[in-house]
Amino acid sequence: MSTAAPAVEKVEKERASAFLNLSRVMIVAFVRDRMALFFVLLMPLIFLVMFGVLFKGATSPHVKVAQFGPVQVLDDIQGPGRADLDKVLTITKVPDEATGLEKVRKGTLDALIETGPDGQPVLHFSASDQVKAGAVQAVLNSVVQQANQDATHQPAKYTLTTASVEDNSLKPIQFLTPGLLGWAIATGAIFGASLTLVNWRKKRVLRRLRLAPVSVAAVVGSRVAVSLLVALTQTAIFLAVATTPAFGLKLTGNWWLVVPLVLCATLAFMSIGLVTGAFAKTEEAANGINQLIILPMSFLSGSFFPLDNSPGWLQSLSKVFPLHYLVTAAQSVLSRGGGVMDALPAMGGLLAFAAVMTLIALRLFNWDDA
Amino acid sequence: MTTAISAEGIRKRYGDVQAVDGVSLTVETGEFYGLLGPNGAGKTTTLEILEGIREPDEGRVELLGMAPWPRNKALLPRIGVQFQASAFFDKLTARETIRTFASFYGVGPKRADAMLERVGLTDSAGILTDKMSGGQAQRLSIACALAHDPELVFLDEPTTGLDPQARRNLWDLLKDINAEGRTVVLTTHYLDEAEILCDRVSVMDHGKVLRTGAPAALVRDLDDTVRVSVESGQLGAEAARELFTAAGAEIANLEDNGVSLSVSTRAPGPILTVLADQGALRGLEVRGATLEDVFLHLTGREYRA
Repeated sequence: MSTAAPAVEKVEKERASAFLNLSRVMIVAFVRDRMALFFVLLMPLIFLVMFGVLFKGATSPHVKVAQFGPVQVLDDIQGPGRADLDKVLTITKVPDEATGLEKVRKGTLDALIETGPDGQPVLHFSASDQVKAGAVQAVLNSVVQQANQDATHQPAKYTLTTASVEDNSLKPIQFLTPGLLGWAIATGAIFGASLTLVNWRKKRVLRRLRLAPVSVAAVVGSRVAVSLLVALTQTAIFLAVATTPAFGLKLTGNWWLVVPLVLCATLAFMSIGLVTGAFAKTEEAANGINQLIILPMSFLSGSFFPLDNSPGWLQSLSKVFPLHYLVTAAQSVLSRGGGVMDALPAMGGLLAFAAVMTLIALRLFNWDDA
Repeated sequence: MTTAISAEGIRKRYGDVQAVDGVSLTVETGEFYGLLGPNGAGKTTTLEILEGIREPDEGRVELLGMAPWPRNKALLPRIGVQFQASAFFDKLTARETIRTFASFYGVGPKRADAMLERVGLTDSAGILTDKMSGGQAQRLSIACALAHDPELVFLDEPTTGLDPQARRNLWDLLKDINAEGRTVVLTTHYLDEAEILCDRVSVMDHGKVLRTGAPAALVRDLDDTVRVSVESGQLGAEAARELFTAAGAEIANLEDNGVSLSVSTRAPGPILTVLADQGALRGLEVRGATLEDVFLHLTGREYRA
């Protein structure tokens, strides 16, 4: 018995050094692989900037209206009322009706307003952009209503008091941050696991590991540890960028819950990578299969745009993807005041998914191509 | 001598193919042992079963007195396996590679670097492994197999694809490894290599060991003809035939192609005497059978892809 103790201690020490060295190997390989760095760290940020700019324009209610000739309801508004109107409408005077209408047709202006033969205002708008068409009608309708009411010289019987509720609708940055972060983490973890597996099998590193006194725990553990580290790095960079004034993400109280969420999701994504890595014989094949999974999964999980307006069956379909749970739960805890109870079920689901996929991967696992 | 490897009646079938069909072999401690055979003979599968990577369907294997299957962590540190080149991690330098492999055995960086020096790679230690030449990669691969000082080393075609200089250079290294008392098991396609390096070889085909012995003994057993040739023009072909027959030599074949006069015989003694008496020794060459002839004799000349 007395001789057994040091032997055990020695084995423990070796395992630790194998674990650390394997982790180091994977970090070094990752950092030296410019392509991997780009796809995992930089490209999601580029997307964040791109989508951020894109959606900022799309949601602005500002409409451009051409005015031909005098239009009394508009011309009557002066002083502070005029300033309010200018916030939502840019009114440009046009010299003739035909030029104005042409501009509306081309989409450079959203609508043209003129005075009809009966002295009443007439609005021409293009129906191609429904958001703007609706906005321009609503604004001018309210201008006309106000003018009608003013003409009666009676105080309004009903006035609508508006009070904003804590945003039920999402600002772009609020869904873009968890969505693109989720996509980035899915990409990093799936590729990390599957390419390591394919590459090590193809290059016979797996066989070499098997012939060395290394524990399976050290091999699997180091890969998992490195992937978790990469995912946390992605999260840190993303939140740092998104909370800058330029993007303006405001974190709510329990935002730290995104950390355990990201860790659970990384395990789930890695398990997908283990399955594709067991299937694919070459890195190229693994690349293709992974993209085939990641792209639809990202679109259907609302990584790039919210799915609120998509058909019900699509929303149900999205529930099979682990990314959906990460995105939804991360949205909730990051900026909508969600708490532990919003994150816990998602975390449980992600871990269950990881467990099932890992079991499948184990069944498909091969040490060699032969 | 003690036994390093003993295998008895190992068989392995893949679907319809009986890859290994009852192989028995013994390798003594300190021996340099070669496993030869054409492609598909079952060498690789045999080697993999010996290493403990595959489980035999039948038969018994013992390495250093232990069973290699299932994976035996007490045995692994005592054996070193070199794969055909490039079983390295991506994006690592030679030094990082050997240090990583050494760490799996609890061997520190100092010894790993010393091993790199031993195989003459110190100057190339900073090169990424995928930028190394074939010879450098093979050396690194061998160094990785030796970093933990194993008693038993498996080498799988270590000189394939190397130029003649690199091959000879590697042979010296392999001889040294063996001279230090390590048991070495080698597979190779190059029979000259086996002849130079191995104490004993086994020739395999169709999953069976056909013949085992020291290379020289196998060649002798073949009892093949010896070819004696000298430069043409010193002795006419007909005159030569008469003189050789008169001297009692049994001639299997005799020809003069205008460059050389060549005689094939099992008894070269009288022929050499005649040539010496006639002063016709210019350009003398005597060629006996080689291990290659043994190999072709045993496995046939038929080409197999």
